Amino acid sequence: MGDITASPLTRTEDALGAEDARNAARELRAQRLRAFLFVLPLLIFIAFAFVAPIASMLFRSAYNPTVAELVPASLEAIEDWDGEGRPPDAVLTQFAQDLKRLANDRTSGQLAEEINRFLPGTSSVVKSTARQLRRADDAALAADGPALLLEANDAWGEPGIWRALRKAGQVYSASYYLTALDLETTRDGSIQPRDTRIYLQLYGKTLWMAFIITVLTLVLGYPLAFHMAHSSTAHANFLMVFVLLPFWTSLLVRTTSWIALLQTNGVVNSTLMALGVTNNPLELLYTQFSTIIAMTHILLPFMVLPLYSVMRGIDPSYMRAAMSMGSRPIPAFLRIYLPMSLPGLSAGALLVFIISVGYYITPALVGGTDGQMISNIIAFHMQQSNNWELAAALGSLLLVLIVALYWLYDRFVGAGNIKLG
Amino acid sequence: MKYHLVAAAGAMALGAQGAAAQDLTVTSFGGAYGAAQQEHMIDPYMAESGVNILFEDYGGGVAEMKAQSESGNIQWDVVDIEVIDLERACSEGYVAVIDHSILPPGDDGTPAEEDFIPEALHECGVGNIVWSIIFAHADDAYPDGGPQTIADFFDTEAFPGKRGLRKRPQVNMEWALMADGVAPEEVYELLATEEGQQRAFDKLDTIKDDIVWYDSWSQAPVLLNDGGAQMVQSANGRIFAAIQDEDAPFTMVWDSHVYDLDVWAIMDGTEKEEEALDFIKFATRTVPLSGMQDVAYGPTRKSAQDLLPEEVKQDLPTAHLDEGLKADGVFWADFGESLGEKFNEWLLQ
Repeated sequence: MGDITASPLTRTEDALGAEDARNAARELRAQRLRAFLFVLPLLIFIAFAFVAPIASMLFRSAYNPTVAELVPASLEAIEDWDGEGRPPDAVLTQFAQDLKRLANDRTSGQLAEEINRFLPGTSSVVKSTARQLRRADDAALAADGPALLLEANDAWGEPGIWRALRKAGQVYSASYYLTALDLETTRDGSIQPRDTRIYLQLYGKTLWMAFIITVLTLVLGYPLAFHMAHSSTAHANFLMVFVLLPFWTSLLVRTTSWIALLQTNGVVNSTLMALGVTNNPLELLYTQFSTIIAMTHILLPFMVLPLYSVMRGIDPSYMRAAMSMGSRPIPAFLRIYLPMSLPGLSAGALLVFIISVGYYITPALVGGTDGQMISNIIAFHMQQSNNWELAAALGSLLLVLIVALYWLYDRFVGAGNIKLG
Repeated sequence: MKYHLVAAAGAMALGAQGAAAQDLTVTSFGGAYGAAQQEHMIDPYMAESGVNILFEDYGGGVAEMKAQSESGNIQWDVVDIEVIDLERACSEGYVAVIDHSILPPGDDGTPAEEDFIPEALHECGVGNIVWSIIFAHADDAYPDGGPQTIADFFDTEAFPGKRGLRKRPQVNMEWALMADGVAPEEVYELLATEEGQQRAFDKLDTIKDDIVWYDSWSQAPVLLNDGGAQMVQSANGRIFAAIQDEDAPFTMVWDSHVYDLDVWAIMDGTEKEEEALDFIKFATRTVPLSGMQDVAYGPTRKSAQDLLPEEVKQDLPTAHLDEGLKADGVFWADFGESLGEKFNEWLLQ
């Protein structure tokens, strides 16, 4: 690109002198600036709506200063404790004073929530102790902090709760990523599997379901796109309406219409029973099956559209030439047509796969238990358990996973092969 | 100087919303419940005080309050919140402390402190309704008599059919233990232990293949109606509305129901705390509270219960408190997240 513009410029310089060259260069700069100004709104939009949220999500998944900001003095005091037995009295005194302050600011709940994450059941200990210390006398706290703390709740005599406090107090921590990978650190710092194992299994299931959906849309979409690309324009446009009409219909409408179709007394079941195929209604809704079928339907246009636009550009005479030279239809298709339609196929497959990996609303509505995907768990941690850090870590891992898959794809298929039209 | 410029620009940008900023924003759960609140609390208050109320819906929970509080952009003033969530919102400072001495006495003159049922006066909220999670069954599924107890709900031999349950550990864990013979007052103590949790999951295992999971209360009567399940867990008002308004052939079972309260709370940091308090004082008077019978939720004032006709009282959770278990907000604040994870793991097995 640079070479092409540079060479005519140097020639004009020779022919027209320095003044004109400067004008030409200024003109070029102005053009570049104009072009940049045209993209500027988009760049600003992307920065605010895309880059900034993702960056803050990545940041949040490892950075959680809540506890460090709430009780900095206690964390400093506990730093030297060896983790065995009860921490020194100075730590308890400092913590009792901190807790009283938090109770009066009504932020003890935030501390309770964070510690509870590392030792379930602790939330009420922290909160009830804070309530009892709220009206405690400052002098008594300074003199008799440990006793008051233990009197409020004897859980403060256990080392576990203090270890949880120290863990929660880490500003930068990999623990959310470890949890997202079903791992945890032990007391001596080594990493071991957690008792509760859900996330890896869910990542695997999400990828597997996305793969099945991609294959299904391909199986359904490829012949359709082929047929459309090789029929008259009027016929193709007519068929295109059937692809686009559902595409323009609201996602929720399409998902809920699947509920109407698949439910126990729904259209599918009553038809099957009327035909005598089955006597009892089949269990179709709230299963993995219903998630896959509904998502295949919803994502089909993303496969058909790129395939169709690429296939339109393939000259039918290539196939005819292959056949006239003695190839049979199937080998001719595999050797000539399929490779030429590959750019559309890659684009469609990649679109469908990546969209379905992050799908949320359809699995939530029709998926029941076994139709759940990783995004539903991320939503659980955002909305129910309020563990935004873990949600961010799970989301970041999903992002990494997709980037890695894209990289693999680029290695083996080549990103240059993607074509939307 | 610079700051003033920014502020002025901000004020200009917000100019269009200037008028709306005078309104009080009240948030609740919508549906038939929201409509009853609109009729008995919101509309009468607007007529009396002249304050305009924006009545919005939300899905419950603390996440949105946390988001508003953390960003410093408080958009709600008054929230209708379940006590199970209030515990947490209150101790994390998302809602304000309410002085109960300002509450007016009941219409029969009983002082507020005595008129409200004890659980209704929370540090950060004033009780609105008592509601409950019950189970109901479709009459035609069991012509010889349907399930009567929570143990029947877990008995798939005597009562075959699908069971609709809400997909979360809350209530399901409690029911599993009570169906396994644990006394209501020991449920939470047991659930706080590994063995108790395992016992609950083991009991749930016995009906796992017969469970249809759903996500929102609105799905419960639908499941029962279209035959997706023969018995469902539901908020009592939803089933009541289906029976009352649509003549649905359902039967409610009160055995081992898990009840909770909804309260009015004020978002901490709102600029309209005075107006918000004034609204709450009005909404929790005897007459507005008694209007909640429309959706079968029990009023939290004794004086409001006295206004209700005898036959209506039987359909309200307040008439069945001794058969039920009070949902423990403190327990779920402690174990909600860890049990939520274990529950999700159990679902995946």
